[in-house]
Amino acid sequence: MSDIMVKALELMGVGMGGIFVVMILLYGISQVLLKLTAPKKDN
Amino acid sequence: MSILLEGLLSFTWQQAVMMLIGCALMYLGIKKEYEPTLLVPMGLGTILVNFPMSGIITQPSTGVEGVLNVLFDAGISTELFPLLIFIGIGAMIDFGPLLQNPFMMLFGAAAQFGIFATVVLIVAVTGLTLPEAASMGIIAAADGPTSIFVAGKLAPNLLGPITVAAYSYMALVPIIQPPVITALTTKKERMIHMKYEPKDVSKTAKILFPLLITFVAGFTAPMSLPLIGFLMFGNLLRECGVLDRLSASAQNELVNIISILLGLTIATKMTAGEFLNVKTLLIIAFGLLGFVFDTAGGVIFAKLLNLFRKEKINPMVGAAGISAFPMSSRVIQKMATKEDPTNFILMHAAGANVSGQIASVVAGGLLLSFFM
Repeated sequence: MSDIMVKALELMGVGMGGIFVVMILLYGISQVLLKLTAPKKDN
Repeated sequence: MSILLEGLLSFTWQQAVMMLIGCALMYLGIKKEYEPTLLVPMGLGTILVNFPMSGIITQPSTGVEGVLNVLFDAGISTELFPLLIFIGIGAMIDFGPLLQNPFMMLFGAAAQFGIFATVVLIVAVTGLTLPEAASMGIIAAADGPTSIFVAGKLAPNLLGPITVAAYSYMALVPIIQPPVITALTTKKERMIHMKYEPKDVSKTAKILFPLLITFVAGFTAPMSLPLIGFLMFGNLLRECGVLDRLSASAQNELVNIISILLGLTIATKMTAGEFLNVKTLLIIAFGLLGFVFDTAGGVIFAKLLNLFRKEKINPMVGAAGISAFPMSSRVIQKMATKEDPTNFILMHAAGANVSGQIASVVAGGLLLSFFM
């Protein structure tokens, strides 16, 4: 496998891994945010 | 007399072809209404820059700086135009559907698969450099300003065709996505109903959300911060409730002015010498493949999740994770209605679609971080 192909695959790993990490982090943060800022319900 | 004929005598067939391409772009914009805000100025710009010896672009023979080159240096080389347009886009985005169902964030991530799969494919079958391949791959972000931002840094020589491909394919989402989704799903899967329980999202959450995204992206993908920062600034204008005038200006005047300048300026790269080559054909072909891979990535990810979930997801929602907002979510709803007129998955698709907007910018930032 050529060097450039190895780099491209590395980019894919870093890229997709990175995006999932960021989006999962945002998912967790938004869950917490929604809990902390839930609108009060009228009785 | 020779002065009058000089321009005509210097005219080449390649320039004539480019002028026809300019006409085609204007036709697509005006008649077919495919991204007219960009394709119309870009189409006319393409005609203008292909007049021989004109003063509109810098001519190597005279060295006198053309007005479009001045605009290019001021707005594209400095990344100013794509960033400013992001303020307007941010002001147009409603994160409500995503906050009502944050799980949709994952589809935004999955549907960026096309960017990286395309890069690997380009490297495997062409002799292009990795930065050039990455610039072509970013077309699959389905996000015009991000494509311009990344290509402008990694392969400025390919900026013209990359922009044409990015905006053209975004306009063609209703044609590109349905056959891919149909090929990857069964009728039964396309008919899956998804429960929609609208949650109240407080104003505080809507104000804090763009700030939190900025912090997360700023620390994890710092190269994406200019894009994310401007996008979230626009969204803050919209959500804070005290800057309605600025929000309206960002959504209308700012976006309109920058769109005019952006379209004309990108045409600087639409000269026959820079556009008519094999690389342009590769960009057109791989750009399309990128959109196909994106769609497939989102659908297959949803199908994978369904293996483990009790409450099934309609896999078509995964395809809405691409950034072309709001067109992709509308396409998904249309397909769902076609299979079952009582199936309403628009809000889920819109959530995935908005998350795609965030994920595509993060993807652009990660690509740049890899090289810089």
